[in-house]
Amino acid sequence: MRINATRKAKRKFHPGRIACWLLLGAFAVIALYPVFFLLAGSLMGDDELKLYLGPVISGTGGHADFPLLPLFPTLRHYVEIFLDTPEFFVMFWNSVKITFGVLLGQFLVGTMAAWGFAKYKFPGKKGFFLIYMILMLMPFQVLMLSDYLVLDWMKLTDHLWGIILPGVFSTFPVFIMYRFFTEISDSLIESAKLDGARDWQLFCHIALPMGSSGIISAMVLGFLEYWSLIEQPLTFLKDKSLFPLSIFLPDITAISKSGIAFVASVITFFPALLVFLGGQEYLEQGIMAGAVKE
Amino acid sequence: MERRAKGFRKFYHRKREVRTARGRVGQTQKKNGKRRKQLRGFLWILPSFLGVMVFYLLPYGDVLRRSFLGAVDGRFVGLENYKSIFSNTAFQLAVKNTLCFTVVCIPALILLALVCAVILFRSKYGGVIKSAFLMPMALPAVSVALMWRLLFHAQGILNQWLAQLGIAGSDWMNGGQAFWVLVFSYIWKNLGYDIVLWMAGLAGISENIYEAARVDGAGEWQCFFKITLPNLKSSLYTITVLSFLNSFKVFREAYLVAGDYPHESIYMMQHLFNNWFRGFSFDKMAAAAVVESAVLLLLILLLQKAWDNKEG
Repeated sequence: MRINATRKAKRKFHPGRIACWLLLGAFAVIALYPVFFLLAGSLMGDDELKLYLGPVISGTGGHADFPLLPLFPTLRHYVEIFLDTPEFFVMFWNSVKITFGVLLGQFLVGTMAAWGFAKYKFPGKKGFFLIYMILMLMPFQVLMLSDYLVLDWMKLTDHLWGIILPGVFSTFPVFIMYRFFTEISDSLIESAKLDGARDWQLFCHIALPMGSSGIISAMVLGFLEYWSLIEQPLTFLKDKSLFPLSIFLPDITAISKSGIAFVASVITFFPALLVFLGGQEYLEQGIMAGAVKE
Repeated sequence: MERRAKGFRKFYHRKREVRTARGRVGQTQKKNGKRRKQLRGFLWILPSFLGVMVFYLLPYGDVLRRSFLGAVDGRFVGLENYKSIFSNTAFQLAVKNTLCFTVVCIPALILLALVCAVILFRSKYGGVIKSAFLMPMALPAVSVALMWRLLFHAQGILNQWLAQLGIAGSDWMNGGQAFWVLVFSYIWKNLGYDIVLWMAGLAGISENIYEAARVDGAGEWQCFFKITLPNLKSSLYTITVLSFLNSFKVFREAYLVAGDYPHESIYMMQHLFNNWFRGFSFDKMAAAAVVESAVLLLLILLLQKAWDNKEG
């Protein structure tokens, strides 16, 4: 009897399946570990950091080690960064300006273009769309020199606008929003037209509300991208007071500075975390909409 | 030949239509309205297209022009710049590394993501675990870089773990292993992204097919190989292209951990472009940008064609 029962249980919990789940669980832990690592580090005091990370930071013997939780949690480094490091605020503010500048611009220009591509017919539409798609697929390094040439011509190098404007005209969000706008039913638009709606009314009262999940998806993806933007500011900004958080590389050559580095990492991560938790559903939709299948 | 003639006839026909439309305004009011409507569609994309024109297309044209000009005097040098980049050792190294990285990473990532997606797809806890996999997307590269530096240091945490297991560690970022650190970092960052894409593909397969197969006595593995995989073929193209494009972003971690001149096994195209940019070698940059964009375009088109053929 008993043997039979265990056999049944065994069949239900197939060893292969258990192994799969264990492996998957291990991957998930690896995926999440950096978050806990940074949080734990940001709550440690200097003494504790020295104890654990001394070998890496000040070159004492042995290996660095790290516990899951701090033994003596303290907010000292948070206080320090908020009170004593004004340049940190400047960088945070630069990041905010870049990210929201780009997102606002993409919202204004991109939604209109996506709407045009999705619901209007005009000569050469296919060609224009192809150009947008190719541009969306080009990495920064290919467009780096052309970006520089135009910014130099406009005298916008070493200026936040030089980062924001090319981002505004990025074609990726247009493509994402286009995907969602095409799903809006034509009959709805036709009936609105019969009721005498003008084009801009169609845009404001049908496209924007009904395509809102597409717009939010594009914005969530855009936020994560521009919040941790590295290549552009690294290339085009020389003035340190314009640097965003995403290229702030704190030096960890001294223990007291490494505490700040941990806190800075956590604070940089925090807005992205909020957007991620609030918009995960949209993030997934956005990823799926990016699938280039024509 | 015939198709061409047809196209020409069509073109000629349209031209004549336009001419008559211009000639008899009153009679062709309907056509005029249509044209205005067409113009209206274009107006919607006009602001965006002007920006694209100014920030991307026109300067790219300039880059194309510069790729044939000398750096100092700006006179026409033909294919000289192209020749010089192909014989440049740094360019060869960067191309080699980028190729190696792509060949190793993309199949590994795509397969791993497929396995995870298939396991997660039909389970209750799939959503929670998927969130865990997506989290690295939200973690800014600077935050990751801090951890990577502490983890992969010669006296770092990874070596401590290995020492506890009795394995000798190594100086991860300053040897050939740096390449594998980067591979790990890329897969770590993009696994969730690819899982979401695969799961979208899985959701597109109708449940009925599976049921029919099960009725006919097909096992789970048979279902997987005979139904799941063939139906995911069209997703594979998208996932390959997107994974490929995301692979360029691995430069971020590489740069933040190892700086402008990392170990030669992780010297990527972006490092090269940055160093040329700092040295004002615009002639080389222009040629390399043109070559790279052409190669990418060709690759994307080839991939698309390959998949179209398979499907059709």
